[in-house]
Amino acid sequence: MSVTVKIPTQLRVATGGQAEVEVEGSNVGEALDAVFAAYGDLRERITQDGTLRRFVNVYVSGEDIRFQQGLETAISEGDEVTILPAVAGG
Amino acid sequence: MSVEGLKCKECGTKYEESAAYFCENCFGPLEVSYDHSGLDAAEVKRRIQAGSHGIWRYSDFLPISGNPGDPLEPGLTPLVRADRLAELLGTEAEVYVKNDAANPTHSFKDRVVAVAVAKAKELGFDTIACASTGNLANAVAARAAAEGLESYVLVPADLEEQKLLASDVYGTNLVGVRGNYDAVNRLCTELVDTQPWAFVNVNLRPYYAEGSKTLAFETVEQLGWELPDRVVAPIGSGSLFTKLGRGFQEWIDLGLVEGDQPTFHGAQADGCSPVATAFAEGHDVCKPQRPDTIAKSLAIGDPADGPYAIEHARQTGGNISSVSDEEIREGIKLLAEGTGIFTETAGGVTIAVLRRLAERGEFKAGEKVVAYITGEGLKTLDATRDTFSMHEIDPNLESFDSEFAAQEVSA
Repeated sequence: MSVTVKIPTQLRVATGGQAEVEVEGSNVGEALDAVFAAYGDLRERITQDGTLRRFVNVYVSGEDIRFQQGLETAISEGDEVTILPAVAGG
Repeated sequence: MSVEGLKCKECGTKYEESAAYFCENCFGPLEVSYDHSGLDAAEVKRRIQAGSHGIWRYSDFLPISGNPGDPLEPGLTPLVRADRLAELLGTEAEVYVKNDAANPTHSFKDRVVAVAVAKAKELGFDTIACASTGNLANAVAARAAAEGLESYVLVPADLEEQKLLASDVYGTNLVGVRGNYDAVNRLCTELVDTQPWAFVNVNLRPYYAEGSKTLAFETVEQLGWELPDRVVAPIGSGSLFTKLGRGFQEWIDLGLVEGDQPTFHGAQADGCSPVATAFAEGHDVCKPQRPDTIAKSLAIGDPADGPYAIEHARQTGGNISSVSDEEIREGIKLLAEGTGIFTETAGGVTIAVLRRLAERGEFKAGEKVVAYITGEGLKTLDATRDTFSMHEIDPNLESFDSEFAAQEVSA
């Protein structure tokens, strides 16, 4: 399954300036692992002990994965996975 | 002022002052850090007392040196000693109501917007924006109008009509998003990367949040330079709640006031209670919820400062409760009848929790308890529309007498 992972501006130093990364994976966890395989620097910024850090939100085509199956959330061809800081609003 | 820069609340990484709002290393929220070591308490106190009649009198503790001639300066709202309300609550505590509906656009949001926009201008922005449940949109739109800035306010499209109208009247770009507040917030977090705008509660959030500290400063000043024993405050994102704590702490640390942090009681609606739920279950991370409550201004299912609000309630020996929509309506009525203040649903949430705490006997005699009323009742008429009664009569004495005499007989 080929999906697009969108990277927030502040983290693009770790992706050589790329705003989007195309990866393969059948669920969110696999897609993120594929991103980390290409850009190792991102792993520690986004995850801690194998889980997402507490101020990281991940969405699959606009839906928060915490309302779905978390990192196990299935993804389909063409889905967009968005990583965003959870420190806005209110 | 004495600002050092921005600092990550999670890992402590330091950043220069800019429109940055989260840590590149760990995604934690950034906060303004100060060096108050050069301040002399007596001198600061004199400066405050000789200052403007609003939040800029506290410039020593804000990330901006002020806004001379501010046409819309918020703050110094009444702190009302509410003996009648205390009596209705059956408590011997001294109950105070901080009526922050008495700001220019009738909510506490004028405070945070004033600070964020002053900073936005300093950083060179000419367009301001926000993700809002209504009150913030009103405050951003009004300030943009007053200062001649362009503005975009993004809100859930199904918001109360009064809040939509009270944004658009100022000539803003009112954007109704087909989704709930959390969807609006996500969209704005994405827009920050594509638009050169100052989103007051996204990329300017570290500065914006500082504005809430002024509520704590005013409370201390209005109590005669004393700390309250307890505070009861609403929790949406948790920012106001935690910044109240930080405000008290900064003054305690500087020696402007003596004593300990007040006990903090947080208030949420049952229909959107991610922070109250995490508190009750002993977690330090909030599981997001899909809000369903009449308290739309608190309907944030994914609260950014939830973990810090929980931490502060625990550290001060307090708690976080949630109340039903029915209790919220009763809270609005109770405050109105006990103080003459008509609040919106968020205030109803706060008063309902105040009532529950009083009924549980949590307040001791003589304790100073401050309830924070953050918004105006006329903005949420939908929630109270069918709760009033009226005597309808003909314009003559007989009709009046028969209506009220009849009532006396029945009484």
